[in-house]
Amino acid sequence: MRTSYGFRLALLGIALLIAGVASAQAANSLTITGAGATFPYPLYSKWFYEYSNSHPGLNFNYQSIGSGGGIRQITAGTVDFGASDAPMTDEEMAKLPGPILHIPTAIGAVTVVYNLGGVGSGLKLAHDVLVDIYLGKIAKWNDPRIASLNPGLKLPATEIVVATRSDGSGTTDIFTNYLSTVSLDWRAKVGRGKSIRWPVGLGGKGNEGVAGLVKHTPGAIGYVELAYAKQNKMAMAALKNREGTFVLPSIETTSAAAAGAAKTMPADFRVSLVNAPGKDSYGICGMTWLLVYKNQKDPAKGKALVSFLKWAIRDGQKIGPTLDYAPLPKPVVDMVDKTLKQITSGGKNLY
Amino acid sequence: MSVESIAFRRKAADRVSKAAFAAAAALVVLPLFLIFFDLLWKGAKELHVSLLTDLPRPVGEPGGGIANGILGTLTVAGLAMAGGIPMAVMTGIYLAEYGKGAFASAVRFAVDTLTGVPSIIMGIFGYVLWVLPMKRFSAWAGASALAMIFIPVVVRTTEEMLRTVPMTVREAALALGIARWKTTLFITVRTALPGVVTGILLAMARIVGETAPLLFTALGNQFWQSGLDQPIAAVPLQVFAYAISPYEDWHDKAWAGAVVLILMVLVLSVCGRLLARARK
Amino acid sequence: MSRRARTGENPKDLLFENATALFAFGVLALTLLLFGLLVRESLPSIRRFGASFFVSQTWDPVAGEFGALPFVYGTLVSSFIAVLIAVPLGVGSAIFINEFAPEWLKTPVSFLAELLAAIPSVIYGLWGIFVLVPVMRDYFMKPAASVLGWIPLFRGPVYGPSVLAAGVLLSIMVVPFILSVSREVLATIPQVQKEAVLSLGGTRWEMIRIVVGQHCIPGIFGATVIGLGRALGETMAVTMVIGNRPEAVLSVFSPGYSMAAVIANEFAEATDDLYLAALVEIGLVLFLLTFVVNIAAKLVLRTMVTRASRGL
Repeated sequence: MRTSYGFRLALLGIALLIAGVASAQAANSLTITGAGATFPYPLYSKWFYEYSNSHPGLNFNYQSIGSGGGIRQITAGTVDFGASDAPMTDEEMAKLPGPILHIPTAIGAVTVVYNLGGVGSGLKLAHDVLVDIYLGKIAKWNDPRIASLNPGLKLPATEIVVATRSDGSGTTDIFTNYLSTVSLDWRAKVGRGKSIRWPVGLGGKGNEGVAGLVKHTPGAIGYVELAYAKQNKMAMAALKNREGTFVLPSIETTSAAAAGAAKTMPADFRVSLVNAPGKDSYGICGMTWLLVYKNQKDPAKGKALVSFLKWAIRDGQKIGPTLDYAPLPKPVVDMVDKTLKQITSGGKNLY
Repeated sequence: MSVESIAFRRKAADRVSKAAFAAAAALVVLPLFLIFFDLLWKGAKELHVSLLTDLPRPVGEPGGGIANGILGTLTVAGLAMAGGIPMAVMTGIYLAEYGKGAFASAVRFAVDTLTGVPSIIMGIFGYVLWVLPMKRFSAWAGASALAMIFIPVVVRTTEEMLRTVPMTVREAALALGIARWKTTLFITVRTALPGVVTGILLAMARIVGETAPLLFTALGNQFWQSGLDQPIAAVPLQVFAYAISPYEDWHDKAWAGAVVLILMVLVLSVCGRLLARARK
Repeated sequence: MSRRARTGENPKDLLFENATALFAFGVLALTLLLFGLLVRESLPSIRRFGASFFVSQTWDPVAGEFGALPFVYGTLVSSFIAVLIAVPLGVGSAIFINEFAPEWLKTPVSFLAELLAAIPSVIYGLWGIFVLVPVMRDYFMKPAASVLGWIPLFRGPVYGPSVLAAGVLLSIMVVPFILSVSREVLATIPQVQKEAVLSLGGTRWEMIRIVVGQHCIPGIFGATVIGLGRALGETMAVTMVIGNRPEAVLSVFSPGYSMAAVIANEFAEATDDLYLAALVEIGLVLFLLTFVVNIAAKLVLRTMVTRASRGL
């Protein structure tokens, strides 16, 4: 009898003790929590790991729950910073308790990946073909419209399995932004957004889920960020860009798209990079932002955030290309630097 | 129809049914072997001590583990139980010892309803009740969601176990002049204790494995927890995050983490069952 | 008799009884709180869509149009498939373990079945995407679709993730519960009845058919309901294999969606208030569904038991 009571109490006691010890252990370190986009997750996880290691006492905890989640949680104030591949809309910004800054951190490309037995990277697709695949109008891989773009390739008669995102996503926003820009049909029927009503397709959760779906389903086509496609050695399509060239997504072609946009960058950085001009530009590019309140509630966390951001837009940019993220163009970095100076807490500047 | 053919049919039916039942049992057990061996096979690469002692590392870096997840799981489950055990056991005692009438029926009905509620709804509960007002994801929120799953199960098992204690035990104690409340707490409950503890351990095994309720309450954490009012890691969350990623090394970690999770759940279940059997 | 006289002179007795009653009330209050919160958070959606919420197939966050039909459909179909598979298997295994298995086999087999119940949902989901779905797709669904595709229920195209895959995975998850409840039910059969049939020259099979059939139908029904309840609420495993497609299509080979899965996928990100309310309303529907299943089961069980006891 005694052992049973004692056993039970001991179990409880140990659990609480461990909790207490662990709390004490980490109590002298400051944790800054952020959540949002899955696209930059590989980059942010590397950044936060490096930064936290070189700044003991600071822990940046980032959870990738999707751009929509990032916006929701920063609006509700349940996280210290948000992250999104989709700039906040005016309606979303109206709900915020205070002004927010979109701090660009990297530029990414949304690649079209596919799983077709013998076909490697470089399948040529034009924007109207892509739109019609996602509208369900083109159902088989050996459709004449695809074949005519790829005369040398033997395309199988397999069904096209379309993969989409089941969660709210900035990647989706960039992709559908592109589709809406190049096709009035798409814009009318479906539109642009983080969560949309897909005409066809299976939903995967996160960039991770879509990559997994495409990898495991023969005949599948999907859209994932460049980093995910390359890390996973997936076959990527060469999209016809604005100037008519078929361009494979890469850091170079992404940077080419960004360079053009740098000239007309708005002060709040809420800009779209899809269908950018330039013969080397890849058609589906987008920036990703960290969402940070101009007026930080917690001065310690605010200071840590600003220091991190200063590091991220300069030293951090060197890490980006190793993980297949394109760096911010130099003029943009200078603009961001100026914007960081605007962040305050309780009236005090945190820069 | 001749007697022989009837007899033959009956014997054949007997043999066929026996084979069918055996096949059913085999089919039931088959997935377990498939899953378990698959997990071990694929997770073997990442199943070393560092999995249990290290913090997660970013993509592409070797090593890294789920140590904070293990601690986080124990913490959140521990919190859920700290609040849940007294509430559930006392409610179980009420229903078994004093429970007659409309109020008791209402409570029983509520408990039945709660046991059927999907765990994701408990996650919504935790989010609305804790995360929004507190303006942060926290271990408290996660624990509250888990407690809502834990409590109804333990109320049921406690009530059942207490009911199995024969009236004679209670009457004997009362006849000896022991006060009713002491009888209930120190005699009846003590007698039923192995069963009650089994119920608690099984409920604990259940909440340790839950992912959905923690998604929007505990959120997850890359580091050691810095306080119970902060986001906290948990093994099922980490396994999920690794699993749906496209990185091979993270997949391996997911499988390895899954093995750790199953072992944790198994140890608890087995302890529970052994305890029940030992006292019988 | 006065309260005091009943509980004896000891006021501590009353205190204790009231303390336990207080906790019991706490549990009741929590349940009501849960229900209340769900209703409050889903009000915007209830007001906006009303009854059309349940018949509309449209799930369009961009246009702000929400309908729950695909999710209700997917939940019901996958759970139904799960129970259809799990009940015969669970009851059959229970009969095997109790009646046919040699003593040395009983403990290991039942232990293994319990292990199945211990495996967390997320792990079933993993195994589902990496093993079950590809195997089912290539060895069962594709061949079946080519042969039986003319029947709407089995029409292609076959992608793999589907309502059927979710149903099969759910059945594996639900079987251990049906098994353990069935075993308990079978154990309540009086040995006398079994022996009576055997002594009259009945075969094992006939004994099972007659005795189990007579005694255990209510219990087996109860087991079915428990299994159904678990299947309705499963989240993680389902969202990984069902395809996450908000469309109610007749074919079981088609991808679908379930109520719990859509909440898990979209809750953290619904930036729009109406969107969030619609998701919570789905949660409310799920809550009510399990509630209704519980009540219905209790009612049916009661009539079954009274009928059975009358029949005896």
